[in-house]
Amino acid sequence: MIVTTAKLPDPEIALQTLASQVKSRAGQDQCLRHVVGIHSGGAWVARRLLALLTQDSAVGALFDPVIGYLSSAFHRDDYGHNAQRRGLSAIVKGGTELPFEVTGARILLVDDVLYTGRTLRAAVNELFDYGRPAAVELAVLVDRGARELPVHADYVGATVDLSPLEAIVLAQHSDGQFSFSKTEG
Amino acid sequence: MPHPQLRSNGELKHLLTIEGLPGVLIHQILDTAKGFLGVNTRDVKKVPLLRGKSVFNLFFENSTRTRTTFEIAATRLSADVVNLNINTSSAAKGESLLDTIDNLVAMHADMFVVRHASSGAPFLIAEHVNRTRGDGVHVINAGDGRHAHPTQGLLDMYTIRHFKKDFTQLSVAIVGDVLHSRVARSDIHALTTLGVPEVRVIAPLTLLPSGLDQMGCQVYTDMKKGLKDVDVIIMLRLQSERMRGALLPSAQEYFKHYGLTQEKLALAKPDAIVMHPGPMNRGVEIESAVADGPQAVILDQVTFGIAVRMAVMSLLVANP
Amino acid sequence: MRISLLGGRLVGPVLADGQGLVLHDAITDLYLADGRIAAIGQKPAEFQADLTLDLSAYCIAPGLVDLAARLREPGFEYKATLESEMQAALEGGITSLSCPPDTDPPLDEPGLVEMLKHRARGLQAASLYPLGAMTVGLKGEIITEMAELSEAGCIGFGHAGPMFTDTQVLLRAMQYAKSFGYTLWIQPCDFFLSRGGVAHSGAVAGRLGLSGIPAMAETVALHTIFELMRATGARVHLCRMSSSAGLELLKKAREDGLAVTADVAVHHLHLIDIDIGYFDPNMRVDPPFRSQRDRDALRAALKSGVIDAICSDHTPLDDDEKQLPFAEAAAGASGLELLLPLTLKWADESGVGLSEAVDRLTRQPAAVLGIDAGVIAQGAVADLCVFDPGDRWTVNATSLCSQGKHTPYWGRELIGRNRLTIVAGRIVVNHACLNPSFI
Repeated sequence: MIVTTAKLPDPEIALQTLASQVKSRAGQDQCLRHVVGIHSGGAWVARRLLALLTQDSAVGALFDPVIGYLSSAFHRDDYGHNAQRRGLSAIVKGGTELPFEVTGARILLVDDVLYTGRTLRAAVNELFDYGRPAAVELAVLVDRGARELPVHADYVGATVDLSPLEAIVLAQHSDGQFSFSKTEG
Repeated sequence: MPHPQLRSNGELKHLLTIEGLPGVLIHQILDTAKGFLGVNTRDVKKVPLLRGKSVFNLFFENSTRTRTTFEIAATRLSADVVNLNINTSSAAKGESLLDTIDNLVAMHADMFVVRHASSGAPFLIAEHVNRTRGDGVHVINAGDGRHAHPTQGLLDMYTIRHFKKDFTQLSVAIVGDVLHSRVARSDIHALTTLGVPEVRVIAPLTLLPSGLDQMGCQVYTDMKKGLKDVDVIIMLRLQSERMRGALLPSAQEYFKHYGLTQEKLALAKPDAIVMHPGPMNRGVEIESAVADGPQAVILDQVTFGIAVRMAVMSLLVANP
Repeated sequence: MRISLLGGRLVGPVLADGQGLVLHDAITDLYLADGRIAAIGQKPAEFQADLTLDLSAYCIAPGLVDLAARLREPGFEYKATLESEMQAALEGGITSLSCPPDTDPPLDEPGLVEMLKHRARGLQAASLYPLGAMTVGLKGEIITEMAELSEAGCIGFGHAGPMFTDTQVLLRAMQYAKSFGYTLWIQPCDFFLSRGGVAHSGAVAGRLGLSGIPAMAETVALHTIFELMRATGARVHLCRMSSSAGLELLKKAREDGLAVTADVAVHHLHLIDIDIGYFDPNMRVDPPFRSQRDRDALRAALKSGVIDAICSDHTPLDDDEKQLPFAEAAAGASGLELLLPLTLKWADESGVGLSEAVDRLTRQPAAVLGIDAGVIAQGAVADLCVFDPGDRWTVNATSLCSQGKHTPYWGRELIGRNRLTIVAGRIVVNHACLNPSFI
């Protein structure tokens, strides 16, 4: 069993990095964006990110102050397959809420960790059940590589290199602060 | 003896009856149903969870309502639905029940939704399917004789949880023809499993089965006493055949003593909810003023019913 | 053929010289000649055996007498045949049996009875004592020609299913039977109270949503039957007692001196309503399996003698009739080959001796039938069964000879099995793996 000695990134720093990347792009293209968090880790990150974006006097007005959420549960590819039984419990974690017109919108999807890309594929499928967006971008707090689908993130807070046996888990504490931990197995 | 609806690891393979289902599993189904409610209000009322699966509605007893809700639930999950209305006389002339099942399984049915006039029929089917097909074919009981109607029981629990939140503080009254009611039996099992401390059954003696106290119920023949301070009232349908079978003299007399009127409803708690599995016999078991009144949640039951059935179907298929 | 049966444990009713009738249980030799029992215990002088069997591993008993076994002929040959069921009876150690009149057509004509008896005789199997129908077509309206049927071989007259409703017809049948000294065989079950019912009316049926048959159906019928018996002096055999309340009435009737006998079906000594489990159609029987209290009362009544005999109530059914939802499945179970092991099980669990248990399967039922059988006596016809009380076997398609494969004990292990059967001095079943020595 290979275990990396890679140090985990600081999610608070990663969040700041992410926010500045997004603000920079928004400043350049001056487009209105809707922030949508992917349940459940992405939802936490999206709320904190939106708060940071809307505080900025320069570009704050370019972001819809009302946040949206996406559930990938209904379009997961591991539903009903023996190998992975996590499918249905995801339904319980939280549902899709998109309180704006999806057709023609520029959407900024937010997730905590980008790994194989399967969750994102499922989330985008869910999104397209609601309408035809003008554009979809992805912001992730941390990218751990090892993609299994042709998916990329437009904004990345930090990268990390882990073995396939390890998982990186985001936690949010009572004061709202994030921390990362590693689990094995 | 292991329950035919459970796998050896305790997961649900079929849904035949609520009796014996652990409380955590019931809550899991209700939580999952909540997630599906959102699907029914979107523009695109479809998710791909059962895509490519064939669901056969096998109704040996006529019921457009129940069959329709199962059909909607399966369709919203992207399943292919086939409806088979088999009235018993043609079955008697032709194929046996198990032969019909074998034929449909040979057509690669993934799921059977079965309604049958004989208590226990879905068990026969599930055991047969377990024996001959192992995994991969699921049976949902849509109502068997007088024995069980588990999806109705589950949606009734969803409704109660939605409006009342905590089961452990409630007093629930079930009123009507309990003797012949599969809904009543399923509701009683669900309520006792979920920890409802007071489950009351209200009916004349001719409409009460034996063994209700063993099922955890308190029996009342006086509706006024039975409804005092209850939080939930579940009214059962009274079928006209009961008058012919010397169980009751007339619908009028029944309504006078066991029908839910506004006056009787006032005996319950002021925020009590009124439920009914449908279809209602207005003026027999329930007054229109109550059925259309603010405390009735009958139409919510219908909405919740689709989500609950979607949850059940998804859960069964999720564990192949 | 002269046969020596040596070293077996002889159990059951034995009429020995100078001792009268005793319940015997000891290692005893038996000597058979010309189809009869030549001697018990002591080898007769100049007895030269053609065949000697060492039965030291076995018990020997009189051939069993079964009061109720359906053979399905005439009319239901697709379910089972006379050949298959008579063979099953022999496998079960049964050498005399009575069949109910519910054939198609029912046994209400002397010609049908004669033909049945003739067919049975031709098989050289167990002795068959048919019950005739009490009413024409079993319709409960017109009484049959009981005298003619008796001459054709009927040992009594019965009905099928719940009692017919016309009490006046029942009264006339009793008066008529009494005139000739015939016995009426009645299953005490009120037609209206049992109508539509499929299981014992109680908490189990309530929970499972099955229509119930209350114990009251039996007691109401018994009250009627006993009243009519008091008025007519008729002799009645009650078939398949099922309830503790019914047994109370039966006990009182016997104390009052009514000419009544009764049997219980062997399955009812063991199974109760809870055993229906998940709607197992093999548990659908008539009368239904009632509560634990009822079962315990049946076991005690058999032990104390309130119930005279055990029968198999053998009802062969095919898959088409049993593989159905509970209420639609036909009622009945196969029992010929389970009669002995299930009786041994009752005896073991109730603290009844082997000999006494065998008596309930031999002398007692023979007395009900009014036939000379079921007792080992010098000069009696050599109808014997040889069994291993410790033999463990599983009930399945290969171990059951009957064409009816439906029994609540399907797939279960039973202890005790008949291994060898002798009818009129001839060995007709032999699984004993004995090495007969020809002298």
